[in-house]
Amino acid sequence: MGLITPGLGLIFWSALGFLIVLFLLTKYAWKPILAALDEREKSIDDALKSAEIARNEMANLKAENERIIHEAKIERDTMLHKASEAAKQMIDEAKEKAHLEGAKMIENAKATIETEKQAAIEDIKVQVGILSLAVAEKLLKKNFSEDAAQQKLVEELVKDIKLN
Amino acid sequence: MVRKFLCLSILLSIFWLGFSNSVQAAGDGESKTGFILPHVMDNYEWHFATIGHTHVTLPLPVIIYSPDQGLEFFLSSNFQNHETHKFGKDYGVNGYYIDENYKLHAADESRTFYDFSITKNVMMMFIVIAVLLFLMLNSAKFYKRNPGTAPKGIASFIEPIVIFVRDEIALPNIGHKKYLKFTPYLLTLFFFIWVGNILGLFPEAANFTGNIALTFTLAIFTFIITNVNGNKDYWKHVFATPGVPVPLLLIIVPVEIIGLFTKPFALMVRLFVAITAGHIVILSFIALIFVFESMAVGVASTIMVVFINFIEILVATIQAYVFTLFSAMYIGLAVAEHDHH
Repeated sequence: MGLITPGLGLIFWSALGFLIVLFLLTKYAWKPILAALDEREKSIDDALKSAEIARNEMANLKAENERIIHEAKIERDTMLHKASEAAKQMIDEAKEKAHLEGAKMIENAKATIETEKQAAIEDIKVQVGILSLAVAEKLLKKNFSEDAAQQKLVEELVKDIKLN
Repeated sequence: MVRKFLCLSILLSIFWLGFSNSVQAAGDGESKTGFILPHVMDNYEWHFATIGHTHVTLPLPVIIYSPDQGLEFFLSSNFQNHETHKFGKDYGVNGYYIDENYKLHAADESRTFYDFSITKNVMMMFIVIAVLLFLMLNSAKFYKRNPGTAPKGIASFIEPIVIFVRDEIALPNIGHKKYLKFTPYLLTLFFFIWVGNILGLFPEAANFTGNIALTFTLAIFTFIITNVNGNKDYWKHVFATPGVPVPLLLIIVPVEIIGLFTKPFALMVRLFVAITAGHIVILSFIALIFVFESMAVGVASTIMVVFINFIEILVATIQAYVFTLFSAMYIGLAVAEHDHH
């Protein structure tokens, strides 16, 4: 058993000891420890991955929400626009209709007035005729001896004419 | 930090230069430094201390197998003088005796026998194994009881090292396909050497991992695992190195075959030398105190011993790492499925 000559006994015992340790530790320590480490690493990995997925989903959801809100806004705007347009159109139409109606009424009134006027004129004509006849009758009935008296009478008669 | 140590070292060197004359004066250096070598070598008894004339020792079993006498059990104290605790030819039992250099002999030189004694180093190995089992089984228990939680206690001490061996030693050197198969071996190797190295640094502990028999055994294990798992590529590389002209193969093949054995040989020698040298350095500094018998040297040596001890803790870790790393590399070379170059 010198310093640099390996002794048989120690080789035997150290080989035996090392093999026993190797066996015991492999079976009862390294395998459970390595398995536990592996499992933990996997679970951490999974947790990180699922967190990543969740984050992505959140981002997607947010984007989706924003898109929906944006679309709703656009829709609202178009609806408002359309409504105001429709209102405007209705007002315009009503205005035009009223205008037309008014014009028509005025026209009718004018026509009526014209007819009335014509009727009145006819009436006046008839009256004038009747009056003329009456004047002529009265003139005839009076004495046509004096020109002045005749003149005066005509004037009086004309004055008496009441057109209505 | 480094600068401080450097200053200290220079200062201490000057100290010893000043005392160099008294080295010659002491003269009887042999006996005063004689304890160094037995301390780093194996022994049949575990000697802790000598208080006055009382030796505090742990007698260890001496187990001998011989073809003619079969298996025999003794205690190391059977081979000793009971008062001086000295081994020698005079204290033989059953035809065996242990000489002054702690070597077992048969009184009849022609007899063959095999010595399976539980020596100091074997005893030390039992302690290392006990510590290892305690540490590892305890931490394994933690993982069983608390699956999926962060490690606590011993497990939190073991876990980073386990992960280091798995991810920094096994994985890069062996490759992701097969590294898990060899990780238990590498882990055992690392912790066995590391705990052995660290425990060996305790005062009166045995120089277990600095014993060539142990490093030989561990290197043989790596050698066996490497070559048993060697694939076609590996053996092709040894016996028909690709891309080498046939005449050159005559030179290359023997070199490759020698290379198979130099790898574990390097493993064996590296660990043995690193640990034994560290122990010798520490013991030498302690020996200086007895050689000089001077207060100043005592203080300086003690500081140096503390300093070297710190380095030795580092060396203990580095050597365990290196042994494991090189084992992983050799295994990795044997199992690698590489493209032909």
